Amino acid sequence: MIPMILGRVALMVPLTLGVATAVFAVLAAAPGDPATLLLRPGVSPEAAERIREVYCLGCPLAERYLRWLGALASGDLGWSFTHARPVADVLLSALPGTLLLAGSALVLAFTLGTAAGVVQAVRHRSLLDRGLGAASLVFYSVPSFWLAVMLVVVFSYGARNVWSWPVWFPASGSRGLDHELLGPWSALMDTAWHMVLPVAALTLVMGAGVARYVRTSMLEVLGQDYVRTARAKGLPERHVVLRHALRNGLVPVVTLLGLHLPLLLSGAVFVEVVFAWPGMGRTMVDAVLTRDYPVVMAASVLFAVVVLVGNLVADVLHAVVDPRVGDG
Amino acid sequence: MDEARWRRMSWLSVVLPGAPQLLVGGRSAGAVAAAAWVGALALLIVRGERVLPIGHGPGEWVAIGVLGLCLIIPWWWSIRDARRGGGARNPARYGLVGALGSDRWAMTGFAAVTGAYVVVLLAPLLAPFDPLFQGDLVTQRLLAPSATHLLGTDQVGRDVLSRLLYGGRSSLFIASFAVAVSVTLGTVLGAVSGYLGKTADAVLMRFVDVVIAFPSLVLLITMVAFFERTWLLLVLVLGLTQWPPIARIVRAEVLSLKERDFVLASRGLGYSTPRIVLRHLLPHVVPSVIVAATLGVGNTIVLEAGLSFLGLGAGVTSWGAMIADGRSAFLGAWWLSVFPGLSIVLTVLAFNLVGDGLRNATDPRTTPFRSHG
Repeated sequence: MIPMILGRVALMVPLTLGVATAVFAVLAAAPGDPATLLLRPGVSPEAAERIREVYCLGCPLAERYLRWLGALASGDLGWSFTHARPVADVLLSALPGTLLLAGSALVLAFTLGTAAGVVQAVRHRSLLDRGLGAASLVFYSVPSFWLAVMLVVVFSYGARNVWSWPVWFPASGSRGLDHELLGPWSALMDTAWHMVLPVAALTLVMGAGVARYVRTSMLEVLGQDYVRTARAKGLPERHVVLRHALRNGLVPVVTLLGLHLPLLLSGAVFVEVVFAWPGMGRTMVDAVLTRDYPVVMAASVLFAVVVLVGNLVADVLHAVVDPRVGDG
Repeated sequence: MDEARWRRMSWLSVVLPGAPQLLVGGRSAGAVAAAAWVGALALLIVRGERVLPIGHGPGEWVAIGVLGLCLIIPWWWSIRDARRGGGARNPARYGLVGALGSDRWAMTGFAAVTGAYVVVLLAPLLAPFDPLFQGDLVTQRLLAPSATHLLGTDQVGRDVLSRLLYGGRSSLFIASFAVAVSVTLGTVLGAVSGYLGKTADAVLMRFVDVVIAFPSLVLLITMVAFFERTWLLLVLVLGLTQWPPIARIVRAEVLSLKERDFVLASRGLGYSTPRIVLRHLLPHVVPSVIVAATLGVGNTIVLEAGLSFLGLGAGVTSWGAMIADGRSAFLGAWWLSVFPGLSIVLTVLAFNLVGDGLRNATDPRTTPFRSHG
């Protein structure tokens, strides 16, 4: 298994390079460039000269490309136009927010989705199966950003202002105004409280897909001969489902984990925008809208690296649950 | 006996298409035909002045054409079906169409999808108001749903229902064209990769790995944000980021198909490689491509709506942009974001129902014949 992991890690280098090239190519082909942004009419000739030199604005494309790759490799991501901070700072302060949000949603979606899928498969064609199936199909079809907006309308605005429910959830940000003054425990609870709606939006949309997948996979496994053998041995149904069938039923789900990561991050982009959650997605969208080239380029690469690392973890997990993979 | 009844009833279809089917047999098909015909006729009467072709753009001409089809097709079908004693309606019992025809939910989805296309194409005739017409800013602003404005008005007094109808046109058609692009690209590259094998296959599949691993939304946002946004750009960009999964599916099928005897036979007959791939291999791949395309349209509608929501749409009225517009006012005016969102959900749901039905029909693994408990 070790050689497989090493091989996968080695493969990440050309993949990251490919992504970096793609991002550079798209931005190079797009009309407009940082020069028009930076060299505004009021800029003095000396400053303009300096800007041209620093950003290598008159250089040929190939030189700019190689310079960018060199800087990227040495960890120098440049200086953000809008944040007036190093890009690395901007992204590193945004990354934990996204990891927290997406990580919680990932864990919840796979736990709840798997549970729902297994229940559906075991109670195949029952009322419960139909109900959960309908629910998962609906949530599978809902755009995450609209669900997020609706959750805010109902559980934040409506709960507080219209129906005066005893509980309502905050609609934006990751911490309350008094966060700095709270003790460690209350501060944690404050963040958790702010996470409820965004995580719910992501979990519902992604969990629905997982449930649909697990149901199919489990139905296939439950129809196999060894499950019948286990039943014939007189094992309790619980044991048959959880010990014998689930193990094999979950193998494709681990693959799904890797495939779901790009989806999860895309969903996180929308949810972060709706909930004003300080994370990578919102940083990326803001940077695109304000044409903050250094941030856009670095954030795209960082997104890809997060996905690649996630895929690596999924592959390792896959090798753990399915020994045939690691040997091959 | 039935034949006699059909013969007695068949003249009814001249007066009301679908009537014989409703009375003798095949209720749902008859109801759909009758509803389509009556609806089209009512629209023709109510919106007669808009049908008169004076100063019409292409959108209006398409709408008039669709209206004509809605009048002619039910009639033609109903008469033919009644003459054959319900024969035109008897579903094929085999193949994809047969399997889909017996799946109630898939047929519901199919009807809803067709209905959605018809309704958005009829937008110029159906819409009660001009979608861009801004009413009086004092009296027409943020009106709740009422008899005049069935779904209310937005911040600048535009009719939400009319905008929903026109917005659906861009949402549905950008997604459909984008899927057409990705299906073409995915099928060609997948078939080439699978059939040629060796280096071409290795290179293409590694490329596919990169594209699948990459969060396409990030690339989409970047591409859309830095180019001039037109609907054509959106179609291309959405199409160009969605083809890899289709290429994978086609490649896998071609890989197993090319070992079969009929391919060997075609090669033995001296057919050229393009001919073998196009005429002999690709027809077998069509079912799985149709499944992927159907589910793909649903996904692409959501993606396009998402881009519009972020303010990166094609700059035309679309469901995603309407939700984004409504967000700033939803605290007081829920109808602004609820209705476009519901439109997306229902449309995507319909596509997913058809896609699920098609997949169950083509892939026997997903329909286990045994059930427990």
